[in-house]
Amino acid sequence: MNTHIDLSILSERPQVAPMPRARVFNAYLQETRSEILRYLRTPSFMLPTLLFPTVFYLMFGVLLGHGSGGQQARYMLAAYSTFGVMAPGLFGFGVSLALERDGGLLTLKRALPMPPAAYLVGKMVMAMLVAAVIAALLLSLALFVAHVPLSAAQVSRLFALEVAGVLPFCALGLLLGTIIKGQGAPGLVNMIYLPMAFLSGLWFPLSIMPKFLQQLAPIWPSYHLNQLALSAIDMPHAGSGLVHAVALCAFTLACLWLAVRRLRRIG
Amino acid sequence: MQTATISLARLQGVRKRYGKVQALDGIDLSLHGGELLALLGPNGAGKTTAIGLLLGLIRADAGEVALFGMDPQRIEARRHIGVMLQDAQLPTSLRVGELIRLTASYYPAPRSVAESAELAGISDLLQRPYGKLSGGQQRRVQFALALCGRPKLLFLDEPTVGMDIEARQKLWQAIRHLVAEGNSVVLTTHYLEEAEALANRVCVMARGRIISEGSVEALRARIALKRVWCTTRLSLADVAAWPEVAEARIDGERLCLSTEHAELLVRRLLAEDVGLSALEVRAAGLAEAFTELTRDDTLAEAA
Repeated sequence: MNTHIDLSILSERPQVAPMPRARVFNAYLQETRSEILRYLRTPSFMLPTLLFPTVFYLMFGVLLGHGSGGQQARYMLAAYSTFGVMAPGLFGFGVSLALERDGGLLTLKRALPMPPAAYLVGKMVMAMLVAAVIAALLLSLALFVAHVPLSAAQVSRLFALEVAGVLPFCALGLLLGTIIKGQGAPGLVNMIYLPMAFLSGLWFPLSIMPKFLQQLAPIWPSYHLNQLALSAIDMPHAGSGLVHAVALCAFTLACLWLAVRRLRRIG
Repeated sequence: MQTATISLARLQGVRKRYGKVQALDGIDLSLHGGELLALLGPNGAGKTTAIGLLLGLIRADAGEVALFGMDPQRIEARRHIGVMLQDAQLPTSLRVGELIRLTASYYPAPRSVAESAELAGISDLLQRPYGKLSGGQQRRVQFALALCGRPKLLFLDEPTVGMDIEARQKLWQAIRHLVAEGNSVVLTTHYLEEAEALANRVCVMARGRIISEGSVEALRARIALKRVWCTTRLSLADVAAWPEVAEARIDGERLCLSTEHAELLVRRLLAEDVGLSALEVRAAGLAEAFTELTRDDTLAEAA
């Protein structure tokens, strides 16, 4: 840069202070820390996110499933883990982005020298942490309340899968957050969240649903994640794991691409 | 190679249109080191659009926008600025200290949390959640966020809206302190006395154009309106008809006359009424100057 900037009055200070890499990293860290603090202090987000999957699992998987030799509790562990990790992605990204666009916070952050990716990384880490808590809670219920026999390998496979499995829903939430705006966001996200869970066979097995709904299922990312979750705990599942993983990656990238394009355009 | 000195922030021939509304219609604006520039004007004059362009939030349709000689969308340029926007809802569950710490992390060499709070006069609020503060306190927190990065240039969009008189005075004092340190400020405001109290230079905007630019004194001189008060036996109607008088009204016991030629008017008043008393001559405030300017513009538009 060979332009000369007249800052003679500020001559005691360096003219263009470089941003050391450690400080950029710190910006990511602080953004993540703030996101986590915010959500820990927001019971209207934390309570439903943690309680719905655990209470449903206790009711339908553990109590009603009693007497099926633990098979129902085992099947529903996969389904409710998938159901559980959809929420932090969809709500943590979708609703918060919609509200922050509406309230002008995003505009302020764009005017500030925040590293653009720090905003997304902060929310992503928060969503993964909440997903980890949900997976841990459900696994504990399965192991210690329903006494589902699970090997260490199965436990760690399911746990890792669910923590990573929040990402497609983060991407979908991000895309929704760029489309919807303001106070109506939670309701609208629920209208996508709940039907999608139902249509992916998370509440009732797909096999008892009408044929066309079964054929529709592969559209939903939650269907693919659920099949992977079933396979992680060695339950019967449809299709190959590789195909499901590729479908989830493709879905994530497509949502991300569309969302970033929209954010560039509308801000 | 460009050798000419570059201003900290610059708009040159900038146009911006939203649908049918020409928000900015060819604006030239340039900000120098250590200067406080006030953008004055009614709603819809284009002040916020001008700020949005300089912050890289929106793109100009035509013309050139530069911040520290760079495109404002480059993060390197924005690392030297602090920002206080008109309506940004910050996360209500974060404490004030946490908000400052987060914002300061975006900058290469920020102030400490304690120093930022001290400057903005919010040292006692650091542990409080942002959502529990009053509107005026929230504005002061936003001001602390604007200055915490040790910026060389601050953008303050209507900073004292919603503040009581004491809080406003404190904020003015803090802004003066930052300017005395050698920093520059771009301030938009509705409050004319705010510009009068702080600005080295005032830009009056109306309908997307700059209709006057200069020091507060120059702006007043350009209008050159003086107010003359006196107690006289001359009737309001007679005096109002004099060519020296721009405007005449009764102000309590006295006549209040606006004029561009105070000396001529006073001479004529004294000549026509030997018994005239309670004479007072004062320069018009910026408020009158401002009203006058925008009115001229309206007339020119109508003509």
